[in-house]
Amino acid sequence: MTVKPYVRAVPRYTWFLAHSRYLRYITREVTCVFIGAYAFLMLVGLKRLAEGREAWEAFVQALASPASLVFHVAVLAFALYHTTSWFNVTPKAMPIQLGDGFVPGRVIVGAHYAIWIVLSLAVLILAGVF
Amino acid sequence: MSQRLVELEVLRFNPETDAEPTFQRYAVECPEEWVVLDALNHIKETVDPTLSYRWSCHMAVCGSCGMMINGEPKLSCKSFLRDYEGVIRVEPLAHFPIQRDLVTVIDDFVTKLKRVKPYLVAGEARPVEAGEYRQTPAQLKTYKQYTLCINCMLCYAACPEYGLEPKFIGPAAISLAHRYNLDSRDAGREARQQEIAATEGVWECSFVGACSEVCPEHVDPAGALQQVKIKSTLDWFREHLMPWRRT
Amino acid sequence: MNSSPNRRTPTGSGVNYRNAEVERILETLHADVAILGAGGAGLRAAIALAQESPALRIALVSKVYPMRSHTCAAEGGAAGVIKGDDSLEHHFNDTVGGGDWLCDQDAVDYLVREAPRELIQLEHWGCPWSREPDGSVAVRPFGGMKKQRTWFAADKSGFHILHTLFQTSLQFPSIERYDEYYATDLIVDDGRCRGFTAIEMRSGQMKCFLARAVIIASGGAGRMFPFTTNGAIKTGDGMALAYRAGVPLKDMEFVQYHPTGLPNTGTLLTEACRGEGGVLLNRHGRRFLQDYGMGPETPLGKAVLKTMELGPRDRVSQAFWHDQRKGNMVGTQWGDCMLLDMRHLGEKKIDERLPLVRDMAISYLGVDPVTDPVPVRPVVHYMMGGIDTDIRAATPLPGLFAAGECACVSINGANRLGSNSLTELLVFGRRAALSALEFLDSSPAAGNAGVLAARAGEAQARLRELFGRSGETETVAGLRRELTTTMEEHAGIYRSGEGLAEACATLADLRRRYRSVTLHDKTNVYNTDLLQALELGCMLDCAEAVTASALARRESRGAHQRLDFTERDDANFLRHSLACYRGDEAPAIDYRDVVITRSPPGVRDYSGEQK
Repeated sequence: MTVKPYVRAVPRYTWFLAHSRYLRYITREVTCVFIGAYAFLMLVGLKRLAEGREAWEAFVQALASPASLVFHVAVLAFALYHTTSWFNVTPKAMPIQLGDGFVPGRVIVGAHYAIWIVLSLAVLILAGVF
Repeated sequence: MSQRLVELEVLRFNPETDAEPTFQRYAVECPEEWVVLDALNHIKETVDPTLSYRWSCHMAVCGSCGMMINGEPKLSCKSFLRDYEGVIRVEPLAHFPIQRDLVTVIDDFVTKLKRVKPYLVAGEARPVEAGEYRQTPAQLKTYKQYTLCINCMLCYAACPEYGLEPKFIGPAAISLAHRYNLDSRDAGREARQQEIAATEGVWECSFVGACSEVCPEHVDPAGALQQVKIKSTLDWFREHLMPWRRT
Repeated sequence: MNSSPNRRTPTGSGVNYRNAEVERILETLHADVAILGAGGAGLRAAIALAQESPALRIALVSKVYPMRSHTCAAEGGAAGVIKGDDSLEHHFNDTVGGGDWLCDQDAVDYLVREAPRELIQLEHWGCPWSREPDGSVAVRPFGGMKKQRTWFAADKSGFHILHTLFQTSLQFPSIERYDEYYATDLIVDDGRCRGFTAIEMRSGQMKCFLARAVIIASGGAGRMFPFTTNGAIKTGDGMALAYRAGVPLKDMEFVQYHPTGLPNTGTLLTEACRGEGGVLLNRHGRRFLQDYGMGPETPLGKAVLKTMELGPRDRVSQAFWHDQRKGNMVGTQWGDCMLLDMRHLGEKKIDERLPLVRDMAISYLGVDPVTDPVPVRPVVHYMMGGIDTDIRAATPLPGLFAAGECACVSINGANRLGSNSLTELLVFGRRAALSALEFLDSSPAAGNAGVLAARAGEAQARLRELFGRSGETETVAGLRRELTTTMEEHAGIYRSGEGLAEACATLADLRRRYRSVTLHDKTNVYNTDLLQALELGCMLDCAEAVTASALARRESRGAHQRLDFTERDDANFLRHSLACYRGDEAPAIDYRDVVITRSPPGVRDYSGEQK
């Protein structure tokens, strides 16, 4: 007599299509590719700067191309998604207990957003935008 | 009491007669206030006594009746018919082998639970005569949430990492280890770290967060695992960068 | 058997357990002590055995995984004297009076003395008891208790006790668990219990457990009633096994109705709702308990011990019945209800002390106790009666011990006080283990291989006969429905001789018809049709013991109230009833005197003013 339990296979490459929460997760993970790509772009810029004025100006010019603009908009969107999705889970990873209770999650998340805004403003001011 | 015709599509499998599971559809008249488990009981009593599933307390505390209901891991005793429209699809918990119908094989979880040493390891022996340990309400609060795990294994059914890598110790067992690590009376963290701060432990977790979304007791296993990761990382820094602080 | 230097060596170690004759018939598993049931009492016994004698082989056999056991559903807490204003004498008096003097007082003494030790032990194992600001354990008021002595872990006390015990048990390698094995028959030879047969659910195979001592810790039998707080697993299996093996079932007529169950599902709302200050109202908004010997009314929101809403469960449920007869209850689609009003406790206290209660009331009934009174009605909750044991948790059958709800020591008498049962399963779970060890020390004799094999063969033959039946004359669900209807109708809060006689006749008929019950499912793996059929057989036997004992007790005491014999009759019935199995016949009812050491039967007084 066979009493072998039945094992349901998990599809190795398409498992994240099975549920919307898996899709949300995989999107969050994929955003890091764009964050990485932008970091690479910054490195290229740095290299061009080191190569001299001509190289740098060519680089800046290239940044203004339509393809580059599309790329920047896309990276901005992914960076925002990346940041918010991670900020929103910080209370799980970093609970703060005060006496008999825990600091509400929205306070921890809010603090992250506040610091984010302050740092962004500081960068923009340093960059001379304001 | 308003009644309604409820249609359930239940995954059936009997290892003695079936090569693979197939869906069977039942239609039964049920009061609107019933839960899915009530409907299954009604089917077993009046339509099909061969249908097999586990259940006991009917109050979401024994953890027996976890099932996939419309693709979501749920306790069937707390899944209200009023929350579902159309055909309700009922399957055994995902990621576990099917023993028979909705009954899964849970040996893997039971073995892993034992591995993480989910019991108090006292620093020094304390005789009963010495009375209770003092533990303030604040100290209790630190770990209380993680004591609420009913071992229903919905989190394992929700966790894609566990589905892909069955060696992963998984959300519930690690949360229980974390529960004891956080207990002011405990001194067993080091022994537990060997299991949970390893590859098959928290580092298999990529923080999908599904476990916490489906947990019926709001244990938040995802939080527990991230906290273990952070503390283990701090351990590493302390050990490699601050040798004088090594304990 | 190996021996290690630190173990107690029971005389008789070195006994050869191998039993070739039994093994020819059934796969046989050997243990020094086999425990049937892995809830609170079974786990406590297993841990005690493993600690006392690490080289023992302990088989912990249960029809469900340990964490599924019904101990997990206990909410309110466990009683044990710990605070300075309390005393063992108070706990003793509350328990004996609460039990309407049917408790064995030597056993109650043992219970109250061991209780604090056991609860502290549990604390040392990590139980997350609720705490006072100074870090000491907190206690809460409970029904029928004169002092605050109920240790609690919010309103999931049983859950935390069960999980603490289960998790603690994982550290002992000598505890070998057999999860999801359903025991079918005790094996008795030469006047001693030698083990039992059990079906491994995942394979459907019957196995034989041979042991030098057996402890039954299999819980109650509330499922023989249709409206009960008890989980599906509480079908009196262990009680029936012992009963059929010749051990009497004691005081079975005493069935506790918990006053506050959700009216539709029977879900328990703990007595702690009232301990924390909740009150019971009839449809006129009157706290009606004051009209039934539990008054005068106490201030709202300030629970006064041992009166009004903190009266004992039997009295409160009976008061509901009387007030219902007067037409004072609230009619709902689920029948007449009283109202459990907790609104004045406020959201913060309810969330902190009674989170499960709030969650249950909202999800199953759609009523939030923070904003509305919750309709509730009495619901079958606990069996005071059970397997006859003495103060050492030993049954009259040598080698067989019992503890927890399945056993009747008796510390609960005619009515258990809330929060004594969790304490009981700890104290007597451990006691059963110690007694089993003493028994191992004193009794080396191995069973007669031929007889054991024959017994195992008989058990298997019975199972085969059940599988072999054809035709569809009787169904499990049909018979079960008739059983539960009969019990509700005739063995409820109030009973009459006429009704009980009718119930006995119906049960005799149901037991006869049960012999031709047929299975729809004739496969092996996880056959719940088979499981339910066997459980039904156990419930029928237990139910007959209940009704026969109730019919014979021509008095009213505690939870057993007769409309035709309304008074307590100490002259004739200050005695335990003993229902003895007689096969197809109705049980014989025998009696044994109650052990009274220092508290002569008195008046149960729950009127606050006279305290």
